[in-house]
Amino acid sequence: MTDLGRVLILAGGLSPEREVSLRSGGRLRDALTRIGVEAELADVDAATLPALAADPPDVVFPVLHGTSGEDGTIREVLDLYDLPYVGAAPPACRVAFDKATAKAAVAAAGVATPAAVTLPREAFHDLGAAALIERIVARLGLPVVVKPRAGGSAFGVSRVDDASGLAEALMACFGYHDSALIERAVSGVEITIGVVDTGDGPVALPAVEIEPAGGVYDYAARYTAGATAFFTPARLDDAVLCAAAETAITAHRVLGLRDLSRTDLIVDAAGTAQFLEVNVAPGLTGTSTWPMGLHAAGLDLAVICRDLAARARTRRGTPHG
Amino acid sequence: MRGRVVSRGVTLDRWRERYAQRAQGMIASEVRALFAVASRPEIVSLAGGMPAVDALPLEAVAATVSELVLSRGAVALQYGSAQGDPGLRARICDVMAMEGISDAHPDNVVVTAGSQQALDLLTRVFVDPGDVVVTEGPTYVTAINTFAAYQARIVHVPMDGDGLSPGALAQTLGRLAAEGARVKLLYTVPTFQNPGGITLTPPRRAEVLEICRRAGVLVVEDNPYGLLSFTGEPVRAMRADAPDDVVYLGSFSKTLAPGLRVGWALAPAPVTARLVLAAESAILSQSMFTQLVVERYLATQPWAEQVKVFREMYRERRDAMLDALAESMPAGATWTRPDGGFFVWVTLPGGVDTRAMLPRAIAARVAYVPGAGFYADGSGGSSMRLSFCYPPPERIRDGVGRLGRVVRDELDLRETFAARDDVAHRP
Repeated sequence: MTDLGRVLILAGGLSPEREVSLRSGGRLRDALTRIGVEAELADVDAATLPALAADPPDVVFPVLHGTSGEDGTIREVLDLYDLPYVGAAPPACRVAFDKATAKAAVAAAGVATPAAVTLPREAFHDLGAAALIERIVARLGLPVVVKPRAGGSAFGVSRVDDASGLAEALMACFGYHDSALIERAVSGVEITIGVVDTGDGPVALPAVEIEPAGGVYDYAARYTAGATAFFTPARLDDAVLCAAAETAITAHRVLGLRDLSRTDLIVDAAGTAQFLEVNVAPGLTGTSTWPMGLHAAGLDLAVICRDLAARARTRRGTPHG
Repeated sequence: MRGRVVSRGVTLDRWRERYAQRAQGMIASEVRALFAVASRPEIVSLAGGMPAVDALPLEAVAATVSELVLSRGAVALQYGSAQGDPGLRARICDVMAMEGISDAHPDNVVVTAGSQQALDLLTRVFVDPGDVVVTEGPTYVTAINTFAAYQARIVHVPMDGDGLSPGALAQTLGRLAAEGARVKLLYTVPTFQNPGGITLTPPRRAEVLEICRRAGVLVVEDNPYGLLSFTGEPVRAMRADAPDDVVYLGSFSKTLAPGLRVGWALAPAPVTARLVLAAESAILSQSMFTQLVVERYLATQPWAEQVKVFREMYRERRDAMLDALAESMPAGATWTRPDGGFFVWVTLPGGVDTRAMLPRAIAARVAYVPGAGFYADGSGGSSMRLSFCYPPPERIRDGVGRLGRVVRDELDLRETFAARDDVAHRP
């Protein structure tokens, strides 16, 4: 065993990404155990807090995806228990998890991001859906991508090519969140860039290019092995890749993230990497891209995660911003 | 923008191009991911059809298992035959006699891993790719998956409150014959249907049998719920009146325990012979251990009394669900009133899409199965299956109450966006 102490991996929970999170957590536990770290996996439920109080771990590694995992809630709770954890602090999570706010924050730092409109369900109800949809289409053009304002794994996400499909897409989106982000669809190369900081500042991992066989990187394309081709490094010019890596670092810094993150981008025809969203608890499953980036950089998932946990442990008792 | 970097794509599955056509649909699904949440205790799950096995006398089960291992362990832990243990097959015939099948012979029974395997073997024996299997609409979702795995074309015939419509069946078979389609099977769950909760009436049973006989279509009567009648009177099986035209599928999953995986097929002799050979190639032999557990349990425990306990429990739960639906569902919603089994089929007004509504229901801590999964043709979008078998009555009331609020909210959402159509279509 290492002197890191006991690492508690929190996964599962009640978000639609429960299954994905449990797979991420299981893979992380196996990786850490393999290199001699005492790692435990726990589902988050009513028994979690009594267990944390009775037998506090030395450090927590949250791999909860979706609401309460990535919106800062679970980390706020860990702060209440004075438990150090890997990843961003609650205020940063809150900003990063909200796609609209995150886009605005990175745009203010000069990063390109597709034009978008964010509206709550009530707006369509109170002001009239028809008029709003008409204005949205006039402003953004078509196609657009409709996404829940917060959430992951492409749940509730649809691409709309025709105005007549927008109402249906919005209703599907409101199944997952009460607010929708309607974003101009940019055609280009879809890439995702992991960022890791083990103490010497954030470093961008090689970009992973995503090419779903069916054309759309939806839930099935994400979690069916073989349904998507991943190219690492992405098949792009070095200059484009450098700029995209800078964008991922900028997003990580501007949003005040810590330890690890993953930024999803689309590289348009002009070679500009446009920011789509950022994840504070990136997936670690066998089909997830953050571990692919590590692998491409010649880094070992287990070693990096151990280092992140060790670094987090030194933060015990340090107030966060 | 494209670089000169030579980068090889990784698909994470080197066999991707090698899979059979029939495996193309076997992919990760959003609905399955949502069901992973539904398994958590915080969620009132009206989704799964899990029997209430906690009502079983576990000490009696333990005693049966212990006695079996001590007295006949060497047999129970050995290979058996593909057809199944003769002693169990004889007891299965006694069970079927309770549903009016008085002429079943153990030689015509094949024991399978749940009736699901019987269905798989039967489809393997009868269905070539492109052959037609006619089923009720809606029908048991895993039967659809089985037929799809053998690349069958599934054609639904609608039901009403009296079950499968004979008129529609005759019309469908006529149309298929005119098309030159090869219709091999009529798959039906005639008693306390899954998912409809509907029972085919006796006159219609006779009509359906006659229509299929004339068309040369084998009837597959899947009857896992037959003994779970809330009126106490078992419903006479279709097979009781048509031994040469029906393959009957039975199961101990609902009347004893699904974890044992013991079901069976009762078939005409020539079909039985093929099923046995198919079973042999699939699994070599059934589990002797679980077969003998069931056989000993039936021989030594008051099993029929236990079935009565289950019936009473499920009746109480059905009542709780029907009362709660009447209290909670908005005007325009309709639902079936099952006389047995596990399920109520609910249809919602206002064009509600129950698949799109599911994440909202999960967020409200209640789960159901969206109706579209019970059709092979994309119908059933406004319907859902609710199970009353597993949660106790107070949880059912609580869950249906939550569901009622979710449905009202969904109707409100639909209304918000329906207004768009009015405007869009304004001249």
